[in-house]
Amino acid sequence: MSGGVDSSVAAGLLRDLGHEVIGVTLQLYDQGAAAGRKGACCAGQDIHDARRAADHLGIPHYTIDAEARFAKAVIADFADSYAAGETPVPCIRCNQTVKFHDLTVLAADLGADRLATGHYVRRVDGPEGAELHRAADPDRDQSWFMFATTQAQLEKCIFPLGGMPDKRAVRDLAVQLGLAVAEKPDSQDICFVPSGSYADIVGRLRPDALEPGEIVDTAGTVVGRHDGVARYTVGQSKRLGPAAMADGERRMVVATEPGTRRIVVGPRTLATDVVRLREVNWLTAPSSTGLRCAVKLRARDGLRPATVEMDEGAVVVRLDEPALPAPGQACVFYDGDRVLGGGFIGRP
Amino acid sequence: MYYLDANASEPMRPEAKAAMLEAFDAVGNPSSVHGPGRAVRRLIEDARERVAARFGARGQDTVFVSGGTEADALAIHALGTGRRIAIGVTEHDAVRAAAPGGWTIPVSREGLADLDALRDWLTGGPPALVCLMLANNETGAIQPVAAAAALCRAHGALLHVDAVQAGGRIAADLAALGCHSLALSAHKMGGPKGVGALLLAPEVSAIRPLISGGGQERGRRGGTQAVPAIAGFAAVCAPPSDQDRLATLRDRAEAAAVRYGAIVCGGGAPRLANTVSLALPGARADAQVIALDLEGIAVSAGAACSSGKVQTSHVLEAMGLGALAGQAIRVSLPWNVEDAAIDAFEAAYARMAARMRRPLVSAAA
Repeated sequence: MSGGVDSSVAAGLLRDLGHEVIGVTLQLYDQGAAAGRKGACCAGQDIHDARRAADHLGIPHYTIDAEARFAKAVIADFADSYAAGETPVPCIRCNQTVKFHDLTVLAADLGADRLATGHYVRRVDGPEGAELHRAADPDRDQSWFMFATTQAQLEKCIFPLGGMPDKRAVRDLAVQLGLAVAEKPDSQDICFVPSGSYADIVGRLRPDALEPGEIVDTAGTVVGRHDGVARYTVGQSKRLGPAAMADGERRMVVATEPGTRRIVVGPRTLATDVVRLREVNWLTAPSSTGLRCAVKLRARDGLRPATVEMDEGAVVVRLDEPALPAPGQACVFYDGDRVLGGGFIGRP
Repeated sequence: MYYLDANASEPMRPEAKAAMLEAFDAVGNPSSVHGPGRAVRRLIEDARERVAARFGARGQDTVFVSGGTEADALAIHALGTGRRIAIGVTEHDAVRAAAPGGWTIPVSREGLADLDALRDWLTGGPPALVCLMLANNETGAIQPVAAAAALCRAHGALLHVDAVQAGGRIAADLAALGCHSLALSAHKMGGPKGVGALLLAPEVSAIRPLISGGGQERGRRGGTQAVPAIAGFAAVCAPPSDQDRLATLRDRAEAAAVRYGAIVCGGGAPRLANTVSLALPGARADAQVIALDLEGIAVSAGAACSSGKVQTSHVLEAMGLGALAGQAIRVSLPWNVEDAAIDAFEAAYARMAARMRRPLVSAAA
């Protein structure tokens, strides 16, 4: 229970179905320190809201200290990934570690049968076991962020909001349940960066990621300077200054070279049709002959037809149409609404 | 629900409740000149003498405050200003937060203060204030406070003693211990929450307040006294009794947990009769507290912050217990504990340990 409307409604729905519901909130970071307020309470408003929602629903509620785990598995990984010239997705790391790994362990420790969350995904019980499907509401679907949930974890999970038509319906349910958070605004994209300036956090943990360097074209000619590789992602055309144009043609970041602190720019035609993946998680039996499916390369990207192949133990995705995949982002495999698996995009 | 978290707060004793109910009807402000004011003041002064007598101090050296945290903060503010400060490494946060940057007295693996180290620190240095708790809140370890007091006096140092956990359970006599100040909290003795006292030795009794206000408590703590709470406090100042019964039940609970894989933290120290710290290798402390709560057994772990999250115990860390410091719960029996609570604890602990006990090596994450 994050203290938001979604997990509060999820808890309320399960309670009304007659389940014994146990509310758990993860204290992920020091709210006061994150907001730059000295001496502020370590617990933010969100934990208070979660407790009050649980009080209102009449279910027990517990706060779990996950600060050390989150700092290492999510925040440090976030900064390291930027320093390596990648564009990380901390929400995936958080789901993969602090949430679905640690909380399924906690559920087992407590003798709980299931882990329920307010995520917008659907669990469908298929012939081979639990399947992860996109949410009914395409605007809210979070399946891309959850590809790293293992099959064993998924078997333990339920997602009461996956079938909700839209957020308004969830807020209406919150009103019916009498929850004070019914109209609470949605949370920010990256919860531990309340100021919105992720570069501050990256710079604190990995100052090298914010050291200035050269912008070069694909021939290696210096065409400008930048203020830190962490500020750039493949496909980006902002923050390039005069380097953004060449011969009347718009250029964008096509690669980052953290070793030399160089940003490489080039025309959009430098897209690639080969995406190498690491840390692949399968939610179906991996195919040795090549899996035809649709892949999604960014949270807000569309689906792209592709073939997922095994190449000497590594997983390589061949896109039907070239694209600009950003290392560190996820490449998630879909069959219709079903998530078949996915991996993190590696460097070419 | 079986309540086994007395060190967090003892259930209120009926004599405290009766005294408070009577005091609720007392009209007037104890600082007032008129009859009702005098009647309320008499109630406070009677209570003060009772508290002072129970803990080996004089009435005029007893200051009512809001609780243990304030008593510790006031003592350190009043006695520590201009002195270098040493605190026991296993002190409660009430002391640790009031004495930031102080030298810490190390402890043995059983959690007992190393007085040789304290002697070395005291020898030849400028004037000092030493803070050493009488009984530890997590393990129940009873510190060698009388010896520490003699050592401090021999070196011209002052000794403040946090007797919050000891107050309702062992003698805790300021004069007999030879310390300079003693912090007490009523609700750890079966009295109400929101009141405590700082007892002072006569030679340091004239202290500077943290809150001046209207000069109440002889100028040592401003603010109108919490009359009903003070009445309730005085009502629980009988000498400790029933400790043998508590020790027997505690030993039963402890032996049961050990059968299911628990390790007793600080079990070799002289301890409060009601307290045991039980580490279950490989099982995180907060999950144990939750699992037992869901079975209707209320225990705690470490020091809970206001968010309710359980942090790794600095006490057990200081005792050199490593990863076990994050895997221990505290069981502390209340004055009114019944045998059935121990039976229920044993059954619940067995079920929990069957699910959660893991080899210590896999607990690193």
